[in-house]
Amino acid sequence: MGRKLLLTHDHVEGIQGYTAYRANGGYRSVEKALKKMTPDEVVEEVKKSGLRGRGGAGFPTGMKWSFLAKPDGVPRYLVCNADESEPGTFKDRYLMERIPHILIEGMITSSYALGANTSYIYIRGEYFYVARILENAIAEAYANGWLGKNILGTGYNLDLYVQVGGGAYICGEETALLESLEGKRGNPRIKPPFPAVAGLYGCPTVVNNVETIAAVVPIVNDGGDEYAKIGIGRSTGTKLISASGNINKPGVYEIELGVPVEEFIFSDEYCGGIANGKRMKACVPGGSSVPILPDYLVCKTAAGEDRLMTYESLSDGGFVSGSMLGSGGFIVYDEHQCIVRNTWNFSRFYHHESCGQCSPCREGTGWMERVLHRLEKGEGNMSDIDLLVDVAKKIEGNTICPLGDAAAWPVAAAIRHFRHEFEYHVLHPDKIKDPKHGHREPIMPVKPEPVTA
Amino acid sequence: MAEVIQGTRAFNPSTRAGIKFSDEALKTIEALMKRYPEGKHKSALLPVLHVAQAESDGWLSPEVMDYVAELMKLQSIEVYEVASFYSMYNLKPVGKCVLEVCRTSSCWTRGAEDVIDYIGKKLNIREGETSPDGMFTLKTVECLGACGGAPMLQCGAEYHENLTEAKIDSLIERYRSEGRRKSYTDLDYQNTK
Amino acid sequence: MSLLKVTIDGKTIEVEPGKTILQAARQIGPDVAPPAMCYYTKLKTSGGYCRTCLVKVTKGSEKDPRPMPKLVASCRTTVMDGMEVQNYSSDEVVEARKGVVEFLLINHPLDCPICDQAGECHLQDLSYENGRSKSRYEFKRRTFEKIDIGEKIQLHMTRCILCYRCVKVADQLTPGRVHGVINRGEVAEISTYIQNAVDNEFSGNMIDVCPVGALTDKTFRFKSRVWFLKPVDAHRDCDQCSGKAVVWKYGNEIYRVTGRKDQWGEVDEWICNTCRFEKKSPSDWVEEGPRKINRHSVIAQNHYGSKTRFVASPESLPQKQLS
Repeated sequence: MGRKLLLTHDHVEGIQGYTAYRANGGYRSVEKALKKMTPDEVVEEVKKSGLRGRGGAGFPTGMKWSFLAKPDGVPRYLVCNADESEPGTFKDRYLMERIPHILIEGMITSSYALGANTSYIYIRGEYFYVARILENAIAEAYANGWLGKNILGTGYNLDLYVQVGGGAYICGEETALLESLEGKRGNPRIKPPFPAVAGLYGCPTVVNNVETIAAVVPIVNDGGDEYAKIGIGRSTGTKLISASGNINKPGVYEIELGVPVEEFIFSDEYCGGIANGKRMKACVPGGSSVPILPDYLVCKTAAGEDRLMTYESLSDGGFVSGSMLGSGGFIVYDEHQCIVRNTWNFSRFYHHESCGQCSPCREGTGWMERVLHRLEKGEGNMSDIDLLVDVAKKIEGNTICPLGDAAAWPVAAAIRHFRHEFEYHVLHPDKIKDPKHGHREPIMPVKPEPVTA
Repeated sequence: MAEVIQGTRAFNPSTRAGIKFSDEALKTIEALMKRYPEGKHKSALLPVLHVAQAESDGWLSPEVMDYVAELMKLQSIEVYEVASFYSMYNLKPVGKCVLEVCRTSSCWTRGAEDVIDYIGKKLNIREGETSPDGMFTLKTVECLGACGGAPMLQCGAEYHENLTEAKIDSLIERYRSEGRRKSYTDLDYQNTK
Repeated sequence: MSLLKVTIDGKTIEVEPGKTILQAARQIGPDVAPPAMCYYTKLKTSGGYCRTCLVKVTKGSEKDPRPMPKLVASCRTTVMDGMEVQNYSSDEVVEARKGVVEFLLINHPLDCPICDQAGECHLQDLSYENGRSKSRYEFKRRTFEKIDIGEKIQLHMTRCILCYRCVKVADQLTPGRVHGVINRGEVAEISTYIQNAVDNEFSGNMIDVCPVGALTDKTFRFKSRVWFLKPVDAHRDCDQCSGKAVVWKYGNEIYRVTGRKDQWGEVDEWICNTCRFEKKSPSDWVEEGPRKINRHSVIAQNHYGSKTRFVASPESLPQKQLS
């Protein structure tokens, strides 16, 4: 069994409420930080921990914190990104619903470290019931003196609010989130300036994912060095993985970074293998935006080494034969699934969620979706496949925010690894008419012949 | 569907009919606006629109949005811009019970299409339509963050996961008997401090 | 304050701190200046959306010579001392820009023959100079419900490229904005949402800033093609604006009035709606002399005194398609 730092008390009855949470060591990090540490010391522990942003980008949290500008007389803000919308990702919802106080505790400790006196949790509107759970937890925290004026008699003041969104994937992008939090359309801002200099209301702001903030609690409690002992290399600590798709046990798992992918998918401790005794065809390891991997690249890298659940190992081989850990949205597809259909599905998602602000994404996502839909229906032609590759390339890197990349990568990767399946759709339109064609005639990935020097 | 695309805009002359929210809702809106620093009360627009929708049969007419603009001292266009950007605000009337079925990858892989078909046949409506009695609207939505419980649907604030035909049957039964118009959020205003 | 050295396509210039790559490139000259469809010097926070001005920064600065990892919008990236930039000299930039032009055109109606902007349209210039010869888009082009935004300005949403300039004009020049961008993604549109007139003394400037034929002058609609008209600098005493404008004449008749635009197509000074829409009599204006149109599009070919001139009568135009 791997160590757990966030879901340690997941099984404890009543852990959603303040009493049980506190009885199990809750809010210790606030006591420790506010009474025994300076804000900079807290930042230092987070730096030492090696914690990387758990929302998807994997940027070192301590470094992000140290970029925060601190001009005199200007308020600073900490905003928690609870706009979890990346397809395949549902870990933040699980954590907030089960153990809301760990987020509240993390927000207090982190706000103290950053010198913020007002902090917001921006949660996607669809998670309305979770917002209620958080609001109840906040009310309990106020009632017990963890929020408000002069917390623990230390003179530190903090107000914490929950803001619900209105339904837009793009608000998971930190500057779109800030726009939305200001009551505007969720259009990402053009950077620079970065939020660390000019964020919410033009003031220095840090935006962190739910899991990142929660991880600050064990880091402060046990020390950054202790946290950094877990994991491998630059992938330290534990990570919540949302596992879904055709596996026996979908759900949220806290893993120590470094667990072999094979163990994660097939052991009973985690996903429990592929459902209904089928074969695995492919896997998207980090949420819909990251490149899909064919079966032969999921558990082993192209070099034949064991693939591990770390930022580095999952991206081993770059985009040629690797992917990314991303948000930890782990989607597994069995042999009956159609990659063309699934790619179209993702493409439709990004088309639907493009904010429309910059031209490559606004126009390109719809274009890709239409071409993919045509291919999926068996109405495409061979040139469509290269057209998709080219359109994806024209979007990638040329947009204001990463949504363009997120829309382009899955398409490019699917064609890279499953081109024969796209070709099959062009060549055999009669056979793929039935959306469940894969159930009759699975099309498995084809492993390329090894190149000998 | 992918072939013809057209802006879907309710296009009505503004009439500013006599719209009024409940005292409780107005109090909530006032409290929401106070969560933000002086002069930044526009920040409350998204939550306020949820309240407005709950007060207005589950959708935002231009008149309701004008009213929100007045309450928040904004230009009406600022409200239209925002309301039309986010997918949770209905700009057209909806049924008393909106069934939002997720159709993104994990749900799709585990039978979202069958769920949509089943509900459609059961209620005799297609995606995007409202049943003739005004009771149910069937909507498809993108990922709701419940991939582990796929296939799933949302109704109001409720998540329903691991759907089966039997589950859907009993759900629809329950909603019908409740005559559900608790509105999307099932708002309980006291909680908004 | 010391000047910053920047090299663009091998040409070096020194600029004041705070200048963007685009501004520096314009100072060097049109050969290295990237095209810009959404940036507008006089409008704060403009730029960054259209992505036509993408350039490659091969050296970040003298202090930190690392190249920037992605192409950047030159209109929103400020110059650092010692920065080196590639525009037309980079195949990557040229290829990316081709992509952007294609994106901008896939849903554009290409109704230039009946568009009042034809001849002074930035999208025409852009596609001619930076695009590919053929579109690969085979789907139905986007359409929008037509809406009436008032008696002076015509909105053709299908032509819009969502540059946001008109929204910024309304925000920055006029009180009480009534139009904006509604909806999201591909179906985002410029609209008033409900029936509402964009009507205030400076709203007409939206027409001048629009890079395409999405916002045109109703008082000039179908009156003539711009290249048949003679642009003349003229001024009048106006208590609302500078009164400095260009009157577009055929013979002695004034067909339309616009702001004076520089070589980048940006107006020197905003003008009011009275000057633009109401003052069409030659006696309203003091003429200063012919306006030199320093642009590459077809109006630049205008020759004063040419014998071959023609003004279309409204009846001869295909109005049925336009109603």
